[in-house]
Amino acid sequence: MRLTLRVWRRKDTRAPGAMKEYEVDGVTPDMSFLEMLDTLNERLTLEGEDPVAFDHDCREGICGACSLVINGDAHGPERTTACQLHMRSFRDGDTIDVEPWRAAAFPVVRDLVVDRSAFDRIIQAGGYVSVPTGAAPEAHATPVPKAAADLAFEHAECIGCGACVAACPNGSAMLFTSAKINHLNVLPQGAPERETRVLDMVGQMDAEGFGGCTLTGECATACPKGIPLTSIASMNKEWLRANRKVSRG
Amino acid sequence: MDHYTHYRTGAPLADTKAPDGPIAERWDSRRFGAKLVNPANRRKHTVIVVGTGLAGGSAGATLAEQGYHVVQFCYQDSPRRAHSIAAQGGINAAKNYRNDGDSVQRLFYDTVKGGDFRARESNVHRLAQISVEIIDQCVAQGVPFAREYGGLLDTRSFGGVQVSRTFYARGQTGQQLLLGAYQALSRQIAAGNVELHPRTEMLDLIVIDGRARGIVARDLVTGEISTYVADAVVLASGGYGNVFYLSTNAMNSNATAIWRAHRRGAHFANPCFTQIHPTCIPRTGDHQSKLTLMSESLRNDGRIWVPRAKGDTRAPGDIPEAERDYYLERIYPSFGNLVPRDIASRAAKNVCDEGRGVGPGGQGVYLDFAGAIARMGRKAVEEKYGNLFEMYQRITAEDPYQVPMRIYPAVHYTMGGLWVDYDLQTTVPGLFAIGEANFSDHGANRLGASALMQGLADGYFVLPATINDYLARHPGQDPVDTGHPAVAAAVAETRDRLHRLVTVDGDRTADSFHRELGELMWEYCGMARTEEGLRKALDRIPQIREEFWRRIKVPGTEAEFNQSLERANRVVDYLELAELMCLDALHRAESCGGHFREESQTPEGEAARDDEEFSYAAAWEFTGTGTAPVLHKEDLVFEYVHPTQRSYA
Amino acid sequence: MALATRPDRRPAVVRTVWDSTIGKKTIMAVSGVLMLLYLVVHMFGNLKIFFGPGTFNGYAHWLRTLGEPFLHYEWALWIIRVGLVACVVAHAVCAYQLSRRDLRARPVGYVHRKARASYATRTMRWGGVILGLFIVWHLLDLTTLTVNRNAEPGHPYQNVVATFHTWYGDVIYIVAMLALGLHIRHGFWSAAQTLGAGSRTRDRALKATANGLALVLTAGFVAVPVGVMTGVVS
Repeated sequence: MRLTLRVWRRKDTRAPGAMKEYEVDGVTPDMSFLEMLDTLNERLTLEGEDPVAFDHDCREGICGACSLVINGDAHGPERTTACQLHMRSFRDGDTIDVEPWRAAAFPVVRDLVVDRSAFDRIIQAGGYVSVPTGAAPEAHATPVPKAAADLAFEHAECIGCGACVAACPNGSAMLFTSAKINHLNVLPQGAPERETRVLDMVGQMDAEGFGGCTLTGECATACPKGIPLTSIASMNKEWLRANRKVSRG
Repeated sequence: MDHYTHYRTGAPLADTKAPDGPIAERWDSRRFGAKLVNPANRRKHTVIVVGTGLAGGSAGATLAEQGYHVVQFCYQDSPRRAHSIAAQGGINAAKNYRNDGDSVQRLFYDTVKGGDFRARESNVHRLAQISVEIIDQCVAQGVPFAREYGGLLDTRSFGGVQVSRTFYARGQTGQQLLLGAYQALSRQIAAGNVELHPRTEMLDLIVIDGRARGIVARDLVTGEISTYVADAVVLASGGYGNVFYLSTNAMNSNATAIWRAHRRGAHFANPCFTQIHPTCIPRTGDHQSKLTLMSESLRNDGRIWVPRAKGDTRAPGDIPEAERDYYLERIYPSFGNLVPRDIASRAAKNVCDEGRGVGPGGQGVYLDFAGAIARMGRKAVEEKYGNLFEMYQRITAEDPYQVPMRIYPAVHYTMGGLWVDYDLQTTVPGLFAIGEANFSDHGANRLGASALMQGLADGYFVLPATINDYLARHPGQDPVDTGHPAVAAAVAETRDRLHRLVTVDGDRTADSFHRELGELMWEYCGMARTEEGLRKALDRIPQIREEFWRRIKVPGTEAEFNQSLERANRVVDYLELAELMCLDALHRAESCGGHFREESQTPEGEAARDDEEFSYAAAWEFTGTGTAPVLHKEDLVFEYVHPTQRSYA
Repeated sequence: MALATRPDRRPAVVRTVWDSTIGKKTIMAVSGVLMLLYLVVHMFGNLKIFFGPGTFNGYAHWLRTLGEPFLHYEWALWIIRVGLVACVVAHAVCAYQLSRRDLRARPVGYVHRKARASYATRTMRWGGVILGLFIVWHLLDLTTLTVNRNAEPGHPYQNVVATFHTWYGDVIYIVAMLALGLHIRHGFWSAAQTLGAGSRTRDRALKATANGLALVLTAGFVAVPVGVMTGVVS
């Protein structure tokens, strides 16, 4: 396969960026999208041009590092991460646009690499159960109904890649935030901090400069782990409930 | 200069920290014997933790909870992305919830035997004891383990054992456990007890007056080199499987932290003990950048087979039952498809070497779920393995519900690592190594679902207890002056190395060298090793190294975000570590666990151990790049589990 | 040891609600639902026009005497009007602030544009503006009668007929009602999500209700100008 790539290049936060065109030859359908970029980078290196910087690590679709908008879609046309997207999803002669995540809360570091530390700060605001090591009761002391455990797992699957923010026209982080809140709030272990968790995490989410939710559903469509849009409704409910509880003192 | 293989044997090494007495009481008595640091004094101590995986994340969180000031590093943009996240199958614990005869004693026994009697008994027993606490801790953190309808935890079986003691969260157990540790760490970051440096990579260790006092690290965004000083340094930087270029490790997992520590005096133990995982997706071409694991849990229900006849090119569905060889079930009737990893991998290699492999290049065997689907129904199979099947289909474009999966062994885990004593302290006082970075608990082969157990045992429970003792014994360490000659030297060496890399301006990329080294290692230091092959590799590695420094091309500068430089700098260390791995493999003229020397096998082709000669851990002392290291032996004493020829037949 | 990681003091609930994106959405949802309820009543009232001037004008008069003798003449109407204005203002202010915030959160768009992106958001924003302008026109037309050339105070039936005898009266009204339909269609479902009523099992029912409400209201309101145009009402 022979492809034309148009890649966003930007050296650092001070320099202006632009799309740059590259021809890539010898692409095979079994290559992953990132392996295709590897081949381009090997060539650029030997030609003396800076290779394209992009985040990637596990290449198994679980670490959440890779973050490419491919032809306008976060992670590209398939419902998976860019590292698990294979070139068989494209055709010979295609032109492919590759851009970084776009959101005010995710500043571009270089080329296709963005800073997603805002997500870490949202978790730091309350995305945990306060249980110091050694303080845990016997695991079977509190049975958890299978339905609750399954629901918690479904939300806990979030890999924190940020595709939801990248896909959202408002740069909103509601899906990410709701995934963690629903994971912990549905479990008995998360119950004691149920109210403070949702209030603090939503507060941090707003403070980071993410947009609000207009329920376009783009986030859930882009999510490689299939976190459902209803997750946001559940978070809203938790948030309203927490405000009622807190106001009662 | 002496030839690299003419190593000298130095003074034997002994673990002085494990107390005597009955094995079941040793951990308690060590904890009682350890000195404590007054809670009010803990915040005066700074501890550096490198890595945020299961071991590092849990250690950082726990040390901070205890009151220490923790400074933590990860090369990823977030601590949540450490490669522990990719562990699929599960975590072992001797809970005996199934009432199937499990116990701490049995987990201990299984692990020592699974490791082919090359692990330290006291460490393994402690691991088995702590395993039960880990599950409690993780459940309390909100880790969504799989549950039964009664609301209690579900378990499944893994290779090398006959009980069901593996706790799991669908195919994403590592992810869920890591997020638990990450969340605990996040809580401490918010509380100001942990100072986190993401996108920062450790490039050297600072040793002053014989003690580890800090690290040199590079900010991967700005390229700035900084020094960080502390009262103790904990390495939780993972294993070195990426020496092989193709492995199931993350692309950026690397050996730099442990290798640089080794160069500064930490002995490196059993570097040749690498685990080749039997169930990975076969490679498809030269572009391949990494290999993807298919969880061992698949062997619970999938059956492994190849055609009976050589060169049988029929589609799997066209091969009648009578012409299939379910070779694991045939050779190992009592464990069947659930034999330990080393055995399953070697058996796959053997059938492929016989010309009975399937798929492109004959480098694969079938893992067939047709029977399971017929027995349990497609829905039940989907519930259990759905996400793994999906992943397989995405990568190969084949539907495993219709045609059997093709799998082949791939480098997965390294049992070797920095030598540590019972306290997890290396030979450099004040330098600790936890998780996959150390060599401690798995001997020559790790059992499935034990890596998560060990990482969390080290991080949550062992290190936080033992590091107290070290810090209590060195209370008033002088603050390190950043102008100290040792600090300046470490910084200067790092700068020089990076500068050299960007100025050679040759004609080969770091990846091309890495790939060449990896292929060499896979060929001669992979699943089967021979003296001849290892000597060949040992001749070749210095040549590659020499060529590397002549022809490497790294675009850009060291003072910017430069992923090519990151990679090249890691390859520098692989080129030295690979040599030590081959030497270790050469010196250990026995077969044990993942280390299979063709010269040492039973008539049936099983690994033949030589306990007379090799019942020790080989800890190597660095003497210089390319110069023969010094071997220190730690004799392994087996008081409770008596070494026998491992039998899974 | 600093183990307490939760802030001890948190702002008053009102502050939290007003400062938060979810809070502002909640205000929009609540005000939207109130306006929706009003519209349902309004539509029923409008349909009385098909029963002739007597019924319709009688109904209009009754509205002014609602609540008597406890309330004074027209007080109930004014209370409703004040409530509605409050709803409109709250709804619009929150919408404006949230939209500004949303645009700031995504300052740079993608070079590779996708057509489908933000369809619903845009309809809500432009539809909202259209509806806002329509409300002003509607009040000037049928409440204050400022722009209704042939209007006479106290004769609502005749005024309505007069409005819909003009082509621009029909166009403005029908366009606005179509915008209203689209606004309700996404808005009702959206409000349900914001108020936490959305769930996987309820999603289809909510969407069906939203579609039903949008259709009934649009049809009910559009029936009046259509009635005038076709001569059913004259």
